[in-house]
Amino acid sequence: MNRRDFLKNSITVIAGLAVPLSALELISPRKLLATKGDESPVRWAFLVDTQACVGCGFCVKACKTENEIPHETNITRTWVERYVVTRKGKTYVDSPRGARDGFTTDRIDQGEEGFREVKAEEIEKAFFVPKLCNQCDNPACVQVCPVGATYQTPDGVVLVDRKHCIGCAYCIMACPYGVRSFNPAYKTAEKCTFCYHRISQGMKTACVDACPFGARKIGNLRDPDDPVTKTIMSGRVGVLKEQYGTKPQVYYLALSREVK
Amino acid sequence: MVHGEAWTLKELFVYPNEYIYWTIQIVMYPFMTGLVAGAFVLSSLYHVFGIKQLKDIARFSLVFSFALLPVAMIPLQLHLQHPERGIEVMLTPHFTSAIAAFGIAFSTYGMIVASELWFVYRKHFVETAQALGAKRDKTIPERGQQLLFSLLTLGAWDISEQALARDEKAVKVMATAGIPVACLLHGYAGFIFGSVKANALWTTPLMPFIFICSAVVSGIALCVLCYIATMEIRKLMVAWKRKSDPSLPTPEEIRTVEMFEVTMTAKYLVLALLAALGLELLDLLFRDYAKFSSWEIVRSLIYGKDFVNVFVIQYGIGNLVPLALFLLPRLTVRRAVVATLLVLMGVFMMRWNLVIGGQAFSASFSGYMHYELPIIPHDIETFKEGLLGALLVGVLPFIFFWGLNKIFPVFKCEDTH
Repeated sequence: MNRRDFLKNSITVIAGLAVPLSALELISPRKLLATKGDESPVRWAFLVDTQACVGCGFCVKACKTENEIPHETNITRTWVERYVVTRKGKTYVDSPRGARDGFTTDRIDQGEEGFREVKAEEIEKAFFVPKLCNQCDNPACVQVCPVGATYQTPDGVVLVDRKHCIGCAYCIMACPYGVRSFNPAYKTAEKCTFCYHRISQGMKTACVDACPFGARKIGNLRDPDDPVTKTIMSGRVGVLKEQYGTKPQVYYLALSREVK
Repeated sequence: MVHGEAWTLKELFVYPNEYIYWTIQIVMYPFMTGLVAGAFVLSSLYHVFGIKQLKDIARFSLVFSFALLPVAMIPLQLHLQHPERGIEVMLTPHFTSAIAAFGIAFSTYGMIVASELWFVYRKHFVETAQALGAKRDKTIPERGQQLLFSLLTLGAWDISEQALARDEKAVKVMATAGIPVACLLHGYAGFIFGSVKANALWTTPLMPFIFICSAVVSGIALCVLCYIATMEIRKLMVAWKRKSDPSLPTPEEIRTVEMFEVTMTAKYLVLALLAALGLELLDLLFRDYAKFSSWEIVRSLIYGKDFVNVFVIQYGIGNLVPLALFLLPRLTVRRAVVATLLVLMGVFMMRWNLVIGGQAFSASFSGYMHYELPIIPHDIETFKEGLLGALLVGVLPFIFFWGLNKIFPVFKCEDTH
């Protein structure tokens, strides 16, 4: 065989092989795991009872301490919002410093506009809504991270790799819930992790432990006997901003339509 | 103080973690990439479509596009909280993210422009290196120059007619391939914004097309402006030098602004401007008609708080006035200068209203945020993400262009006398 024939034949063989090979897909470990049928036995979910929350802010304070977010900085992994709806249908919302110190005045914090007084007789209803990362099943923040520094664990929690995050803020832009920020010390994306270091050791999250009224609960959706799972499955629960298709996993009992 | 707190003012209810995270540098990023892409498209008009009248400005805009290229990346780098990890986007890209493709789009485009430049200037490299080689008693800078130009030839010394014809063919191929890549580079910058579903103002599939059209507008405007400016500066310099050396050509003898080049490019500019304006108004009309849940707050922003920025400065002074200036008969150099300046301002304001405007309302749709541009910096952050950082980014391409012009001479004096 001369060189020309050798090259010709090689090309034919490569071309011939390319057809059946193209039918094969690159195997992703995740898909392989799925075919084996052993999906993770844990899927963390959160249950918030808005009727039980009194806006004391203990959860916010506990979270800041537990996760070493400086108390004086104006970012927080979890916060509590106060909704005041008047008889005329106007809704006022505030969350002064994320309700770190609770709600110490009746007046509504309107930022640069100052404080707004709403007379007690004008109020139709008022309630508190705790907020935290929704640990979405389809997290927009994970999708948009250009370096894969934010990722989802097999049990559904979205975490940030502080050694890898470049600090572009694309994840902050992509989150419809506004739960992400920058950590002032690490200068990387910061978010609620459901206290992953605690729940993976059999403990509850810091905010759940700190709540004196049981307004916050965490559970495993894959465990049908878990009381949280039972409530989520059989109770009337709502989620936030379903329209974005992120499939949030923080469920709310008695969620009012005014909640943003 | 947390990132963003220094320049964000909150009004009514805004989530506690919300700040203006994408600041003036992210306004500069699409503005600069737009100029790169637009300048390249202009240079391709000559090379691909053979519009001979644009020869001068084509060469100019190609070099300018190359000078702008590194600057398109700097705003991104300046805005990162960990700039030292910026390279990770290229090394460990996470391809579900729109930003991850940046490395590929950017480097492909960079290579195309560089190779096109090389083919355009190869003859110049060879001739310069040979002329310097033939010279006796060379000074040290001349030796350096000879080495530089010899290296730039990459060993291709053949400048016979056939070789040059092949070069020309290669230039055409590169320029043709460059147009879709330039559009991709910038359309993709539009996609970065358009795909953020959480942001009511950004999310639209029209965004890449709006970006491409406005890129062409701004790129052409900047090239025309710089072309006129450099031609006028050259004229002044020649007049000044002639005082000491009367043998030099008179300002009348050297080549000056070719008015047909300006009118010709102005035509393309007007077309692109009309397309951009059409798409933007279509987007606005669609939002107004469809009235999504976010429309109430977006409307209050566009028609209320940002009315002057959007309708007066961007659409009015930045788009309609220059459109009229270009379309009125008997275009003069002076009018072209005013119109291009206004167009550039208009495109910049479009980026501003998009990037800053998109963050001017809370994701709760219940409050607003105001960006207070840091003018006098008091730390590195307010420098980087303030007026001075933006000015730095704005000035750099001209410095690069000045340097590149020494290697790739845009205006050859010997042509004229």
